[in-house]
Amino acid sequence: MKLSVLAEKLGLTLLAGDPPEEFDGVYAGDFLSRAMSRVGEGEVWITIMNNVNVIAVASLTDAACVILAEDVGLDDAARAAADSKGVCVYSSGKTVYELCRDIAAIVS
Amino acid sequence: MAENITFHFDVHGDNFSSAGEASQVVKKKLRQLGFPPDVIRRVSIAMYEGEINMVIHADGGDADVTVTDEDIIIVLADKGPGIPDVDLAMQEGFSTAREHIRSLGFGAGMGLPNMKKYTDTMKIDTEIGVGTTITMTVKHKA
Repeated sequence: MKLSVLAEKLGLTLLAGDPPEEFDGVYAGDFLSRAMSRVGEGEVWITIMNNVNVIAVASLTDAACVILAEDVGLDDAARAAADSKGVCVYSSGKTVYELCRDIAAIVS
Repeated sequence: MAENITFHFDVHGDNFSSAGEASQVVKKKLRQLGFPPDVIRRVSIAMYEGEINMVIHADGGDADVTVTDEDIIIVLADKGPGIPDVDLAMQEGFSTAREHIRSLGFGAGMGLPNMKKYTDTMKIDTEIGVGTTITMTVKHKA
């Protein structure tokens, strides 16, 4: 599915990076080691963690993007890391649950 | 591949801003060398976890990666406190990471288990008060 369509339907705000065309799957969780082994290439990763290490994991896993739930933002260091590594990061006012619920409805 | 290719990295301790940099460089190099995505992913995960462990527990260390005709060998050596009980440390969910480390998203107790899961071989040499050397191998030839 097109990431731009998902972003528009969810009302996401782009914080850093350039969105790729497509995404394929979703993972939600905050522990980095869990995410490291669970986030698949091209998947959307929903989390409330917003430090530079999230950007590193998203880059290493080739995630399509990170969605920061609950209006969590990026500090300057994380934003710079995301831009330099080409990691796309969105923000949303929704909770992790609401994002998962709404994405499930959109893709089904 | 005629000769082995080697990479060396100094992993700096207690610097979470640069943690994972060595893994990212290795990933890029392996991609340039044309390795398949699943091999790159396995190496990336194992090396990242090892790198983070060295930053959290051992004030950094040395990371060496060797690409041979058949394997990618990752050696992570530190002069940290050592691992008192390796069997316990290998259990999923066991972690000695401090609270402020957990607040960064680390300390899930999945580091060593992930390293073992995503590599073909993993050997831990550890001595209390001396340090730990972890050697992992990812086979890239069927």
